[in-house]
Amino acid sequence: MLEQQLVNGVVLGATYALFALGFTLMFGVMGVINLTYGVYFAVGAFAALWSTQALGLPIAAALPLGALIAGVIAVAIDTLLLTRLRKAKAPELASLMVTLGATLFLYAGMAASLGTEIRRFPAAVFDGGAYDLGAVRIGTTQILIFGAAVALVVALMALVRGSRLGLAIRAVAENPDAAALMGINGGLMLRVVSFLSGAIGGAAGVLVGLNFNAIQPFMGEHMMLRGFAVIIVGGLGDLRGALAAGLLLGFAEVLTAAYVSSTFKDLTAFALLVATLWFRPLGLFGRAAAKRA
Amino acid sequence: MNALLQVEGLRLGYGRADVVHGIDLTVPRGRIVSLIGSNGAGKTTILRGLSGLMKPRGGHIRWGQDGADLAGEAAHRIARRGIVQVPEGRQVFANMTVAENLRLGAYHAPGAEAARRQEAVVARFPRLGERLSQQAGYLSGGEQQMLAMGRALMAEPVLLLLDEPSMGLAPLIVEEIFAIIAALRTEGRTILLVEQNASAALAIADDAYVLETGRIRLKGPAAEVARNPEVTAAYLGL
Ligand SMILES: Nc1ncnc2c1ncn2[C@@H]1O[C@H](COP(=O)(O)OP(=O)(O)O)[C@@H](O)[C@H]1O
Ligand SMILES: [Mg+2]
Repeated sequence: MLEQQLVNGVVLGATYALFALGFTLMFGVMGVINLTYGVYFAVGAFAALWSTQALGLPIAAALPLGALIAGVIAVAIDTLLLTRLRKAKAPELASLMVTLGATLFLYAGMAASLGTEIRRFPAAVFDGGAYDLGAVRIGTTQILIFGAAVALVVALMALVRGSRLGLAIRAVAENPDAAALMGINGGLMLRVVSFLSGAIGGAAGVLVGLNFNAIQPFMGEHMMLRGFAVIIVGGLGDLRGALAAGLLLGFAEVLTAAYVSSTFKDLTAFALLVATLWFRPLGLFGRAAAKRA
Repeated sequence: MNALLQVEGLRLGYGRADVVHGIDLTVPRGRIVSLIGSNGAGKTTILRGLSGLMKPRGGHIRWGQDGADLAGEAAHRIARRGIVQVPEGRQVFANMTVAENLRLGAYHAPGAEAARRQEAVVARFPRLGERLSQQAGYLSGGEQQMLAMGRALMAEPVLLLLDEPSMGLAPLIVEEIFAIIAALRTEGRTILLVEQNASAALAIADDAYVLETGRIRLKGPAAEVARNPEVTAAYLGL
């Protein structure tokens, strides 16, 4: 059943790549590792769950709504927690600790208000059936997950690499003072990036929640461990590296679960992480940044 | 006199220490004003204060016809008013191409307008034209200085603030840079030029100010300042 596992690997890998892209974008532009990113993942999943259950929305509407809510919360949290630290040019460790504290607080709050039992999407969400292609079975949900992940990845890459807004975002990431001298509003760009990465994280949460049909507050925490693996393997702040590493991790996990043991699945990410740091400390595609003159 | 920029009592500092102690300075429209002074006098600090990268601790920065006070305004807003700084050490976007750097200079202009301006900049700096798709971090120091100036010109600045454009460059390149500054003056651009290279800066300027440890020590027409015995002794090495 290798073919089936490969299909499952592609689908899971696409969601991991999406998750990693949002995380890398946030890290690459803000320059701080924002641990609250995992919260947006869970928030997106819960918001989509709520809109399918309480509002009866189809998943095609619940996905963007979940992403939107996660994005708005990301902007609010970034503004609340990090704006002052950025202004004071606080050391990275201070920002990291603040986001760690906020993350613990938010997970505890979600666990207290939402409960920790695993929730599932209504059965109607998965009504689409499946296609049999020889030995391989592909569910419409899997097609939706894969299609949405790919579309979002393509859209985000086009925005960051190919648009004027993306140019400004990269300028702020590289040299905020020089960007300000070009008339670029750095604070606004940081908010745009917060929103984009929060929304991407939220969308990834919806898709991963769909893939395993399991949603609970700490799903983001488990995912963050993978997020770290992916940004280390892909190279810090490298969007294309995050994509490749996300896909790789998805494959590796699916194959491990299928051919070794599903209890070993969670080890895969760390095996990859450690092996990368061991052999290629700058990541798979890691290059030293061009020297700044 | 048609003052484009009028600075009154500007104070700036880092941490607890004041570094610029209430300076007055006027930049008339269409002129080159040079601000000279030795290393650490506070020249860069003043430019950063004018462009909004540092918040003034006191004083006023009056701008344009209506004399709007820019002290405390955000840097990106000041840039949009047409005050564009070429920072010390060039500060090009090293990971981006020459073309992307230039596009960022005209960030607020539509694409077609930016393309038109890029043609003009490339005509002025042909070397940039040959390297449009090259990563800026790999340019030579002189090319990076040209890119930093070209990027600033992409904004069609009303006032250009140049911070030591000759720093660390070979004499031939310095000549080239100063020739371009002179050409900009002929075209009617207004420039505030900060330099340690006092002889070149005084030769090109209309007015000059001499800064010493955060205070204006001397000011006047550049030719007069250049003849001042203290200046010839301390800055011109004569
Ligand atoms: N980031 C900074 N933090 C603290 N002091 C600074 C900083 N930058 C410059 N200074 C101090 O301010 C004074 C003026 O520096 P600067 O404006 O760079 O001088 P100049 O450009 O004339 O060489 C110097 O004494 C310098 O040590
Ligand atoms: Mg200086």
